[in-house]
Amino acid sequence: MDLQEYFSLVFSDYTLRTITLGTAILGAVTGMLGSFAVLRKQSLLGDAISHAALPGIAIAFLITGAKDSNTLLLGALVSGLLGTFWIRGIITKTHLKSDTALGLILSLFFGFGMLLLTFIQKQPNANQAGLDKYLFGQAATLVESDVWLMAIVTGLCLFVLLLFWKEFKILLFDKDYAKTLGFNTKTIDILITSFIVLAIVLGLQTVGVVLMSAMLLAPAAAARQWTNSLSKMVFLAAVFGAFSGVFGTAISSSQNNLSTGPVIVLVASVFVVFSFIFSPSRGLLFRQIRFIANRRDLEQQKTLAFMYHIAETHDNISHPHTIKILNNFQGFTRKTLQKLVDKEYVMLDGTMWSLTQKGFDKASNLYNQQAKEDE
Amino acid sequence: MSNAQIEIQLIASLVAIACAIPGTFLVLRKMAMISDAISHSILPGIVVGFFITQDLNSPLLILLAALTGVITVVLVERIQKTGLVKEDTAIGLVFPALFSIGVIMIAKNANDVHLDVDAVLLGELAFAPFDRLFISGTDVGPKSLWIIGSILVITVGLLIAFFKELKVSTFDAGLAASLGFSPALIHYGLMTVSSVTTVGAFDAVGAILVVALMIAPAASAYLLTTDLKKMLGLAIVFGVLSAISGYWFAHWLDASIAGSITTMLGVLFLIMYLFAPSKGLIAVIYREKQQRIEVSLLTFLLHLRNHDDERERHVNHLNEHINWQKVRSKTVLDLALKNNMIDINNKIVSLTSKGDEFTSQAIDYIITNEDAQIEDMKDDFFLFRG
Repeated sequence: MDLQEYFSLVFSDYTLRTITLGTAILGAVTGMLGSFAVLRKQSLLGDAISHAALPGIAIAFLITGAKDSNTLLLGALVSGLLGTFWIRGIITKTHLKSDTALGLILSLFFGFGMLLLTFIQKQPNANQAGLDKYLFGQAATLVESDVWLMAIVTGLCLFVLLLFWKEFKILLFDKDYAKTLGFNTKTIDILITSFIVLAIVLGLQTVGVVLMSAMLLAPAAAARQWTNSLSKMVFLAAVFGAFSGVFGTAISSSQNNLSTGPVIVLVASVFVVFSFIFSPSRGLLFRQIRFIANRRDLEQQKTLAFMYHIAETHDNISHPHTIKILNNFQGFTRKTLQKLVDKEYVMLDGTMWSLTQKGFDKASNLYNQQAKEDE
Repeated sequence: MSNAQIEIQLIASLVAIACAIPGTFLVLRKMAMISDAISHSILPGIVVGFFITQDLNSPLLILLAALTGVITVVLVERIQKTGLVKEDTAIGLVFPALFSIGVIMIAKNANDVHLDVDAVLLGELAFAPFDRLFISGTDVGPKSLWIIGSILVITVGLLIAFFKELKVSTFDAGLAASLGFSPALIHYGLMTVSSVTTVGAFDAVGAILVVALMIAPAASAYLLTTDLKKMLGLAIVFGVLSAISGYWFAHWLDASIAGSITTMLGVLFLIMYLFAPSKGLIAVIYREKQQRIEVSLLTFLLHLRNHDDERERHVNHLNEHINWQKVRSKTVLDLALKNNMIDINNKIVSLTSKGDEFTSQAIDYIITNEDAQIEDMKDDFFLFRG
């Protein structure tokens, strides 16, 4: 199946439609909440939570003995929240730093989860197969009820986000101010963290424990490059996330042997790289262009200043000089000279140049005023 | 105990020691999450190495994978240097991308590669003794034992040779640079050692357990001591202890050894987290409570000093004036009495000469902005702490 076929089938084929819709919704909700995680400098929290959710899945299975995905996700949610609050406990109550706390919870919970999974595999119960799909995710196992669950959670998320928008925003950028205004910062903090955990847990079935953190981060990091406004960033992140989901599903279903999760992550990474390079205000490309333009500007000013110092020593400022004497001065190039002529600062006459009155005034003010008008 | 069992425990212990040494420095340098990133992103390196060598234990594969680890670190630093995102975001972006590439490479070549993502992530220690190394026909032991053994020897050698440099650059990078040690060199040296250890350990114990073995023993040790040498020693002891107890736990449960060692590490950390003297949760909460009461006591004594009026010093009045709850005022009053700071006559509280001296000294410290001195003063005056 190639890409074209995929897009013609996506509206008619049940499986394809479910998976595409599922990954798109997932991308949107993780992108939305990921914006908060990234701005709160909790980028790696997602990684820790997704790993910490594993023992919850195993324990939920051990207790109920059934592979109902809602029960398993509930277990994942509980153990993810437990991990999150333990991380906070470690950071606030001991002198261990946040990176250590994250790494600890991540590896310890995951290891414990693996112990339980291998323990389950040895049990005489035919039902246990397929639990390990939560490790790397299997978008193909999504069914319509899963998509509905995702849609409901996303709707809930959106509702809470809009309802507490101002609180979230103020907590994000100025926690102390929020406190002095009388907001219960602890509750808001717990609320937003819980929603991040919820979004991660939702994605486990599709993308898996290991790659879930990228779903949270990549769309948000990409969106951050295009705007400085929180609302636009959240919106853009949701769009990027949704597109990563759709494109990832399209690419992985058009090839054999490609699991959806890694492809979605790679598509999201492409978004990030593209944003890093081509974003107009922060991107590397335009930053380099601005850098070169500034340097050229500076060189032009240097040339003008040099000319000014020569002209200063003469009674007539427009006294002509040979271009040659500029040669031992580095800022000078034929191009900058031409630019100065274009601005009527300098007149060229064969191999001679002379400063105009305008150029002289400009040069004498150059370092006093830091004139802005050129370029 | 059979021969294989001893060998498994030996391998696990060696891995634990080899991980604990770089892990201690990673934790101290606040770079613990880098080990997680490395452990994931070596996957493409392993896959490419495996395509070339067709042997999971080949030195070339270890080298290639370690190189990927170092590339990860460089990439993270490059992204961070652009200033577009914070460091942790940079880590979070790089390793899933590299890991995805690895997974896709395995998936695309699934038919002719005997390499499983699960195996890379989780390892299988139980099979380690069956892959044996033969030198000119004689069996000299399991391959992983030799690999991790040589890595350990190199790590210990480097640790002894550069201990002073590592120590200085970890705690004071500026001083290290001014003394002429290149912080960059030490940084990348440490990263290389971490990468090599991760790769060397992964096929025995898996990538996730490597992270656990690096961070958890060091973090547990950090809760007990602030001396670098002791911390290293404790981390090694904790690592080996969990490795061996984890093996027997797995043996009893008939489950993954790697998972069980991690669980043991978790239990160990939980114990340290709760009960570590002076830095554990219980000690911290107890100390906070003690300090709260002692601050209240100081406030109370200051109040007494400022008011000569008998009405202000009446026991019943204190409740409403300082606005404490009954229980708290009783604790504070008891503490003050026990320490001979106050007298109570007909329900009128007054300072004793000792209390008066304590309070005036405290005021001196407070107005000269040397509040920290009050802690020392408490040792001189208090018979009982809050």
